[in-house]
Amino acid sequence: MNAPNKSGWKPEMNASEDGMHQGPATVTGNRALMLEEPLLFEIGHANETGVDLPEPQFGANRFGGFERNAAIGLPGLSEPETMRHYTRLSRQNYAIDLGLFPLGSCTMKHNPRLNEKVARMPGFADVHPLAPISTVQGALQVIHELGEWLKALTGMPAVAMSPKAGAHGELCGILAIRAALEARGDAREVVLCPESAHGTNPATAAFAGYRVEDIPATAEGRVDVAALKARLGPDVAAVMITNPNTCGLFERDFKVIADAVHAAGGFVYCDGANFNAIVGKVRPGDLGVDAMHINLHKTFSTPHGGGGPGSGPVVFSEALAPFAPLPVVVEDRGQYRMIEEEDAGENHSSTFGRMTAFHGQMGMFTRALTYILSHGADGLKQVAEDAVLNANYILRSLDDLLDAPFGASGPCMHEALFGDRGFAEGLSTLDLAKAMIDEGYHPMTMYFPLVVHGAMLIEPTETESKAGLDQFIAALRGLAERAKAGDESMKQAPFYAPRRRLDETLAARKPVLAWAEDEE
Amino acid sequence: MRYLPLTQNDRSEMLAKVGAATIDDLFVDVPAEARLDGPIHSLPMHMSEMAVEAHMRARSKKNLAAADAPFFLGAGAYRHHIPASVDHIIQRGEFLTAYTPYQPEIAQGTLQMLFEFQSQVARLYGCAVANASMYDGSTACWEAVAMATRVTRRNRAVLSGALHPHYTEVVKTMAKFTGDTIADSLPSIQPAPDNAGLIARIDDETACVVVQYPDILGRIADLAEIAEAAHAKGALLIAVNTEPVALGAIKSPGELGADIVVGEGQSIGVGLQFGGPYLGLFAVRDPKHVRQMPGRLCGETQDAEGKRGFVLTLSTREQHIRREKATSNICTNSGLCALAFSVHMTLLGEKGLRALAAENHRLACLAADRLAKVPGVSVLNQSFFNEFTIRLGRDARQLVRNLAEQGVLAGVSLGRLYPDHPELGDALLVAVTETCDEEDIEALAAALEGELA
Repeated sequence: MNAPNKSGWKPEMNASEDGMHQGPATVTGNRALMLEEPLLFEIGHANETGVDLPEPQFGANRFGGFERNAAIGLPGLSEPETMRHYTRLSRQNYAIDLGLFPLGSCTMKHNPRLNEKVARMPGFADVHPLAPISTVQGALQVIHELGEWLKALTGMPAVAMSPKAGAHGELCGILAIRAALEARGDAREVVLCPESAHGTNPATAAFAGYRVEDIPATAEGRVDVAALKARLGPDVAAVMITNPNTCGLFERDFKVIADAVHAAGGFVYCDGANFNAIVGKVRPGDLGVDAMHINLHKTFSTPHGGGGPGSGPVVFSEALAPFAPLPVVVEDRGQYRMIEEEDAGENHSSTFGRMTAFHGQMGMFTRALTYILSHGADGLKQVAEDAVLNANYILRSLDDLLDAPFGASGPCMHEALFGDRGFAEGLSTLDLAKAMIDEGYHPMTMYFPLVVHGAMLIEPTETESKAGLDQFIAALRGLAERAKAGDESMKQAPFYAPRRRLDETLAARKPVLAWAEDEE
Repeated sequence: MRYLPLTQNDRSEMLAKVGAATIDDLFVDVPAEARLDGPIHSLPMHMSEMAVEAHMRARSKKNLAAADAPFFLGAGAYRHHIPASVDHIIQRGEFLTAYTPYQPEIAQGTLQMLFEFQSQVARLYGCAVANASMYDGSTACWEAVAMATRVTRRNRAVLSGALHPHYTEVVKTMAKFTGDTIADSLPSIQPAPDNAGLIARIDDETACVVVQYPDILGRIADLAEIAEAAHAKGALLIAVNTEPVALGAIKSPGELGADIVVGEGQSIGVGLQFGGPYLGLFAVRDPKHVRQMPGRLCGETQDAEGKRGFVLTLSTREQHIRREKATSNICTNSGLCALAFSVHMTLLGEKGLRALAAENHRLACLAADRLAKVPGVSVLNQSFFNEFTIRLGRDARQLVRNLAEQGVLAGVSLGRLYPDHPELGDALLVAVTETCDEEDIEALAAALEGELA
């Protein structure tokens, strides 16, 4: 095991009596490299600008009498001030580039910069979505090529590239299922989701007009197959199952479940959020999946960007392929074209329609394809293997100290799940998570899945080194010991972040959602 | 493999620690018949950074970039100059490689930026509150319709014929599944929008009226008149804007009475990128509607020491808390594009935005006047901002293809957008931004003269 703290220095060494860092007050409120940054609205001015544009010539216009005369209230900054404003803000963020980001189910892996470089090539970045087809053959080729990879990696015959993110992909899959059922005159009302499902699953099914019912889990953390089979019937449109599931386990009876659902006339939706654990090792198509979305911003390394953009292509079985949304990119003897509303009648007449303007997240396609080509078939298999190995290494390095509710259910996949059993009275998962911040880590996913009390879901991904994992494990062991020993100071954590704990109740009770001048 | 730090030695040590003889022992729960025994057959193996870059560059070079031709395409996606510092800031790892700010103590950078972004969008739109972004304009438009049905408890939406047809298709697709009734129509190819016809379609069952501003043909409708008619029937007015630069020159939808204002934010800070990722903007004029909004909201609060800070708030509307009762299933939105928008808007400021808008309009007027002199071309619009419609008396779609062969990207033909309606086939949308110059306009006019002669 590597030493977790190579310098040997610890903050307590020069703390004051109450354990806090007390230096002199500063005039600015800054603390050396920790720079407080005011709001743009407190430092900018409407007549300041960071661009050089010609002075407007006020004369006749053709706005039909709707020119905007009143002040808009948009402050500007010069270019150097703009750089400082955002650079200072950026330094208050944790990020993958800074350290391990173990958010379970989110797959926070390294984002290669080659992807960024490629996405900015003018032939991709500076191309209009409605440009004549003859002028965008390379762009269509990239969409087609990525689609072929996704089909091969999942063992599925068709793909819809346009969904904008994971939840949008879920919606795409469920709408295709509903369209397929309606096409055979089969009105079904219910979608089954495990209790451990991502919140987007039931929200998606409800949005598509279905009633959602829970499927219970077994004590070992997997879908209760007997209960599921007993619930199947002519009213069940689909089951939505995440595999590997959110307890970090592979649903080993997935094929049995899929066969039962198909026998009952329903469809199988697989939430592909956890595809990183099995890419190149297992093809969902071999397990009986009818539709699955793939988060390019998880498995295929496109950056999360502080909350998007994502991209959620959906692969389909033969049964659902005819219902996939427009547009569809097709290749014909080296030429690429799109099936859109125009020619859908001849070539794709059962489509359920269109989910978004234009053709999807091209900027994510270029990045994902770049990543896939970098890894190749051999590298992607290694991705899954290393992701799973890293998670098991964490699980088995902590399960003597932290409660691993499904630790006896076999190896985990790419995430390790713990619960808060054994913590001292009054200390919670939240306290441990906030104390992790002081150790220099982003907390893991907390209180999810809902089936485990005080859940802590850790996904290290394959892009962490063993030395990095060893330090992380040492930090978590220290925190677990403090939580079990009842170290009350954890309730105050974090101490060393740009902010102490924030009052979320106040934010919700008296919402301030936009800047207002009277705050001054 | 350059993105994988584990060495073979590491892997052996770690396998020993977890008590597995081989890596496949960790995949025992995968049924044997579904397990692949080697890399997927027929797929290529890994490639060097240099080789991947060459592979992708070859594809990039098969496309005609907007910068390399006189370029006049719009119809919901616009080419504007993006200051270099925008792209630098969005590539800072602390923004680029961060997650959704669920841990506010270490995400104040993203959160403060989102608060500023929400404030900028609200002001631009003339609204009280904007959210932290949606996927794009078209999905924001559908979410606005869904929100209006919740607010009014009615389920009929009236769409203006001059709404972007892709937006109309998205709304109609979603409504097929929710059971909402969508009344849409085709655009009337007239110099001014058909407000009277639209108002006549509003009835006592109408949840909302959806109007694009400026509309798909580039015309500027009197939203106030439509708002009044909608409100008289108890319906909401949803205004859709696909060109935010316009709002540096024309009145905001909020001040004209729109209740929900949504749109595409791509024009500010986000490149064309063949259609995505873009940036959905979503705002409400009346703060009482906030709790029916979809998507994330960032709000101001204090930390335990009384310092100002920001958090995601009112999340009881959202899927991760409310599950099937959420206002939307949206999770990941368009955070980095929101950052690009906000940085670009900060660089512009009100002064720069107004100057940018004025320059767009000046060039568009110049182009309209020049093209009107081309024999066979007539300019349709009475009013416009930076995009207008011309009629050619012949199939515009083929003409666009012909001009592309000559290296001129002339515009978007209505035939591309309304393929089933040949009666619209001779109309061409021409967008003119600050990236065009007089030489480009002359090149377009000359090419049209050549084709129409």
